[in-house]
Amino acid sequence: MTIQQQIIISGVGGQGVLFVTRLLAEAAMMKGFPVLTSETHGMAQRGGTVVSHLKVGDFSSPLIRPFSADGLLAFKSESLAQHGGFVKSGGWAVVNSGGPLQSTGELKVESVDADAIAGNIGNLKSVNLIMLGASLSRLSGDCGLFCTLTDILTVLKMQISGAPAKLESFTAAIHAGYKV
Amino acid sequence: MNDRILMLGNQAISRGLIENGCAVATSYPGTPASEILPSLVEWRLAENTRLHAQWAVNEKVAFEIAYTAAMTGLRSMVSMKQVGLNVASDPLMSAAYMGTVGGFLVVCADDPGPHSSQTEQDSRMMAMMAKIPVLDPDSPAQAKDMIAMGYALSEAFEIPVMIRPTTRVCHARQDVAVSPIVADTRQPKFEKNPARWAATPKFRFRLHQSLEQKLSAISNHAATAPQRCNPGADESRQAIVVSGVAAAHTRDVMKDLGLWDHVPLYQVLQPFPLHREFITHLDTAYSQILVIEESAGIIELQIADRRKVLGKVSGTVPSVGEILPETIEAIVAKFAGKSVSPPDLPLTAPGRHPTLCAGCPHRASFFAIKKAAPRGIYTSDIGCYTLGLNLGAVDTFICMGAAISQAAGFYQAFRHEARRPDIVATLGDSTFFHAGIPALIDAVVQNVRFVLVILDNRTTAMTGNQPTPACGRGIGGEPTITVAIEKLVQGCGVAFCETGDPYDVPAFISLVKSAVAYSRETGPAVVIARRPCLLDRSQVESRHPFIRVHVVEKDCDACHYCIQHFECPALITDGKDKPVRVNPAACTGCGVCLHVCPKKAIVITEKV
Repeated sequence: MTIQQQIIISGVGGQGVLFVTRLLAEAAMMKGFPVLTSETHGMAQRGGTVVSHLKVGDFSSPLIRPFSADGLLAFKSESLAQHGGFVKSGGWAVVNSGGPLQSTGELKVESVDADAIAGNIGNLKSVNLIMLGASLSRLSGDCGLFCTLTDILTVLKMQISGAPAKLESFTAAIHAGYKV
Repeated sequence: MNDRILMLGNQAISRGLIENGCAVATSYPGTPASEILPSLVEWRLAENTRLHAQWAVNEKVAFEIAYTAAMTGLRSMVSMKQVGLNVASDPLMSAAYMGTVGGFLVVCADDPGPHSSQTEQDSRMMAMMAKIPVLDPDSPAQAKDMIAMGYALSEAFEIPVMIRPTTRVCHARQDVAVSPIVADTRQPKFEKNPARWAATPKFRFRLHQSLEQKLSAISNHAATAPQRCNPGADESRQAIVVSGVAAAHTRDVMKDLGLWDHVPLYQVLQPFPLHREFITHLDTAYSQILVIEESAGIIELQIADRRKVLGKVSGTVPSVGEILPETIEAIVAKFAGKSVSPPDLPLTAPGRHPTLCAGCPHRASFFAIKKAAPRGIYTSDIGCYTLGLNLGAVDTFICMGAAISQAAGFYQAFRHEARRPDIVATLGDSTFFHAGIPALIDAVVQNVRFVLVILDNRTTAMTGNQPTPACGRGIGGEPTITVAIEKLVQGCGVAFCETGDPYDVPAFISLVKSAVAYSRETGPAVVIARRPCLLDRSQVESRHPFIRVHVVEKDCDACHYCIQHFECPALITDGKDKPVRVNPAACTGCGVCLHVCPKKAIVITEKV
């Protein structure tokens, strides 16, 4: 199976944008797809805007051009306005937001109140994994992600095999997002 | 072992080093190069090789250690960011003349954008100035391959070789093929040769001649010659020449534009010295050559017939900023006579600017400095504390260590004025070790009346919490000798040197005030603000007990003094006239804000 998917993941420093990018990239690799990501490190990680580009399939460039991404995973509601321009017409956006969002242009927009869910499960720092879980369940068909919940959980187990408590709390956060 | 591993570009570089027998590796942290050395240590632990890896006090020292190890026939490497090479440029220029015995690589990461740097300088220009070859990778996978290529080149011509990745290589992640690690079995051997290793000017002249001969031979070296990316493309009078990550962007763009089979594309692996045969080939085969490279026009400057070149000089390719794939799309389409107008990214919302973390001790130090010298001139330096800019507590910064020399410059400029401003310099502990000490000695000798606040969080925080000489541990956690900052400051001849905890706000403000008073009357005063970085996992045990706080809503008159002058991410508000709240997800319980609110509306939350 050949696959070409380009995804923007955005949020602010400290939210775990890099961690989710890495999980998705590992999942792509596990499934045998070539993968390229581009990440924000350094000064911007101090609470500034952080954006990752994830490209699964036959690409050379690590960067996504405007109006080319299949979708946007936004850990802050403001990210939709900020990075929605990367997404192609007919693409998707899964956005962390307390209320319903105005669909911008021709995007399929899913809002997830990840902050509230994080509060409910007592893990305020798990917004990133809740959003990842939510995108795995809400996106399907033409908008479906290249990987499944099972793929992500497998990768997670491999990544943090040495810390069972951490693995349990991370898994719980992904499930909490998935079930919304 | 898996044959492919998902690797950050910097990890791929370190994998290349360990697969190719690197025996000594040194660095000073700096974005985007910081992860090279730590991942080298991770590979070392996994494979149990005898490699020596260390953070050096600065890039010059790092360079000299690694270079000298290569003089004994071992393979070595020094890594740094582009501005770090400025610091190491003195040994670089000489190392080019003296050459090397074992392979010696200078991995120098550039930051077009710039994303996390003071300049967008092109280190390939430094290679050109030093007269050493430079390789320009387009991806993590190629960066790894270029380590092997670079070592072979370095040893074939006894010359230092620069590897010049950029941010989009260092901080890209890719599935990269790995090879087994070959154990390094070389024995070090130092052959005394004063005409080479201790060369006086007369011998330097000869070394320079031999360097020119090496360069001439390298520009004919087949292994690093430019590659034709699309050998099947039609013959054309037009060609495109690319290097670095611009090569990666251009390959995708040309396929998307349907130009892959129609315009010859060449990728230059070694931008300097550009291969002579390639220059001749371009001249004879093509009438128009588009050159896309970051960030200066190194390749295009070496192409013989300038009238044929479209690039930086012609204004076709931007000389400033990162060259994004959408920009390349527009340039390539226009070059090939295609009428596409790629849309600009519609930025409808501004991004967030970075800020000091909630609970960052620097914020408390800056608050105290503003209280103690409210109308002062604040010189600062390179590190997280540059973000004191947001708080109005940083007026200037140039480069590592300059906070102290700039304070001296301001003092000398204002010394004859009737009203001399208070001058408060801030710099971090790692930066003090790196380049602050010579400047402090100078300030003592000239009796510069200023206050230096050393923001001692016991780590190199901005680049990912690398240890400093005061930490007592090395890159792999091994114990090292500890160097005390107080003793260094006293050793520089400073008479006023006091240490305080910036979390202890009233006491710390009065300490800075006494330092300011001393500096007005007597001479340089140093305050060491000691409190660990909250992001540093190695210092968790020395953390402050958590103080739970909240805002008493009836006492908060929405003046927003705390937000404007303290800017803690944990203090938030819903709008201009709305009271301030504490965001429990962000609060680290430092308790500093208890002293910030002028209305005393922030209070300790008693346990229920």
